[in-house]
Amino acid sequence: MNTATLLINFVYVIAAGLFIFGLKMLSSPATARRGNLLSALGMFLAIVVTLFYAGLDYKWITVGVVIGTVIGLVAAYKVQMTSMPEMVALFNGFGGIASMLLAWSEYHQHPELSVFIAVVTLLSAFIGGVTFSGSMVAFSKLAEMMPSKAIVFKGQHIVNGAILLAALVSGVIFTLNPANTYAIFLVIVVVALLFGVTSVIPIGGADMPVVISLLNSYSGIAACAAGFVITNNILIVAGALVGASGIILTNIMCKAMNRSLANVLFSGFGATTQAVGSGEQQGEVKPATAEDVYYILEAADSVAFVPGYGLAVAQAQHVVQELGELLEKNGTEVSYAIHPVAGRMPGHMNVLLAEANVPYDQLVEMDDINPRMDSIDVCVVIGANDVVNPAALNDESSPIYGMPIIETHRAKTVIVLKRSMNPGFAGIQNALFFYPNTRMYFGDAKASIQALVAEFKSD
Amino acid sequence: MEPVFLTFVFVLAIFLGFELISKVPSTLHTPLMSGSNAISGITLIGSLASLKADNVTVAVILGTLAVAFATINVVGGYAVTNRMLEMFKKKDQGGAK
Repeated sequence: MNTATLLINFVYVIAAGLFIFGLKMLSSPATARRGNLLSALGMFLAIVVTLFYAGLDYKWITVGVVIGTVIGLVAAYKVQMTSMPEMVALFNGFGGIASMLLAWSEYHQHPELSVFIAVVTLLSAFIGGVTFSGSMVAFSKLAEMMPSKAIVFKGQHIVNGAILLAALVSGVIFTLNPANTYAIFLVIVVVALLFGVTSVIPIGGADMPVVISLLNSYSGIAACAAGFVITNNILIVAGALVGASGIILTNIMCKAMNRSLANVLFSGFGATTQAVGSGEQQGEVKPATAEDVYYILEAADSVAFVPGYGLAVAQAQHVVQELGELLEKNGTEVSYAIHPVAGRMPGHMNVLLAEANVPYDQLVEMDDINPRMDSIDVCVVIGANDVVNPAALNDESSPIYGMPIIETHRAKTVIVLKRSMNPGFAGIQNALFFYPNTRMYFGDAKASIQALVAEFKSD
Repeated sequence: MEPVFLTFVFVLAIFLGFELISKVPSTLHTPLMSGSNAISGITLIGSLASLKADNVTVAVILGTLAVAFATINVVGGYAVTNRMLEMFKKKDQGGAK
C-alpha cells in the first residue's frame, strides 16, 4: 500500500467516526441537526479524498456528480413534508441501484473473480436490484401512481418461489465460473428487478412503514456487499450501520402492529381480510356539530390530539397546530399522542407536526400517554382509525386483536373526526365510534378544524 | 485472510449500529431514515474509485450512472434531513417563524 492510499484510508476511518457520532447525536432532537451535519461532513471528507486516487476519469465523475447534485438538491427542497415517505422510498431505490451498478461495473472490468468476491458481487447486484425495483413500486403506491392496496393473485407465492429458485440456481452457476458466465450475471440482474416488484405489490398502503424500513435496511446491506466487492472498509461500516438501522425500525413497526415480518410480507393484509365483526358491533353513533365540539374543548383541562394518515391526506397539520395554540391560550394542557405506525413511515406524524411548529416536547409516544389516559379530558382523533380501535384489546375475533393501541376510549370524552362511517384500512369497523363517551364530528379534517378555530376566535 | 478481516469489521459495525439506533427516539424516526439513507449513499466512494480513465465504454456508462444515483442519495438525503431537523423546535423557540 503506497502512502497516498494509506492516507486516503486513514481519512475513511475519520469519516466512519463522524457517521457514528452523527447517529449518536440523533438520540435527541436538540442535537440531531448538528449530528446530521457531522455525518455530512464525514461524507464530504470521504468523497474529497477518494478523488485523489490515481488514474480517475474526472470528466465522467464530474458529469455524474453534477447531475446527481442538481437532482438531489431540487428534490430535497421541493418535496412536501406530507410526501416524505415517497421521497425516502425513491432515495432508497437510488442507493440500491448504485450498489448494483457498482458491482456490475467491477465485474465487467475484472471478470476473473475468486469465489468469495463472486458471492459478494452477486449479493450486491441482487440486493441492490431488489431494493431498486421494490422501492419504485413502494414509491408508486405512496404517490398513488398505482393502487395503494395490496395486489394479490393466485399462485403468487409459487411465482415468488420460482423467481427465488431461478436466482439461486443462476447464483450457483455464476459463482462456480464467473469469468465465462456474463449472461448469467445479466439474468441475475433481471431476476432481482422482477423479484423486487413481485415482493412489494402484495403489500398494502398501511403496511408501508414496514416496507420502507425494510428497503432502507436492504439499501444499507447492498452498500455493504459492494464494500466487500471492492475491499473497502468504509462501505462496509456505513452499510452495516444503515442495515442495522433499517432492521431495528422494521422490528419496531412490526411490534406496533403485533404482526410478524413474514405476515406483513406475505399475507396481503387488507386485500384478503373480510370486514369481521362489522355486523355484531352495533350501537348508537352520536354526531356532534362544530359548536358542540367547541364547548367540549373549551371546558377541557387537558386535550390530546391523536393524528393518523388522514391528517397528512387532508394537509391539516397547520390548522391543528393553530387550534392547539388557541387551546393553550385558553389554559388547556395540549399534547399530541402518536402511534408508532401512524402515517406511512416511521415518525411521519412527528415531522408533519414539527413542520407546523408544534414543539417536540408536546409530541408524546403511545407508551407515555396510555398510563395517564384516564386523566385526560378530551382526545381528538384526526384521521386515525385502527390505531385507536379498542377491539384490538378486547375482541379476540378481530384481525387486529393484540395490536397495541392508543387507548383513547379511556379518556373522559373522545371526539373522532371522520369523513364518513366507512371502515379503515383493515376493513374493520371501529368499536370506538359506538362508545358512550365518543362523539363523531363528520367532515373533512381540515375544514372541521378550521370551523373550530373560527369558533374560538369569534369568542 | 482478507475476507475474514472484512467480515470482522462488518460484524462489529452491525453491533455498533444496533446500539446507536436503538437510542433514537421515535419522534426522529423519519429523519433517521432519510439520514441513514444518505449514509448508504457511501456507495458513491466506490463508484468514484471505479471510474478509471482507462475504462472500457460499458464500465464508463455503468460507473457514471452509479455516481449519479449515489450522488442523488447523498446530497438529497443530507439536504432533506437537515430541512426536517430544522423544524424540530422546543417550546420556547416555537412560533418564532
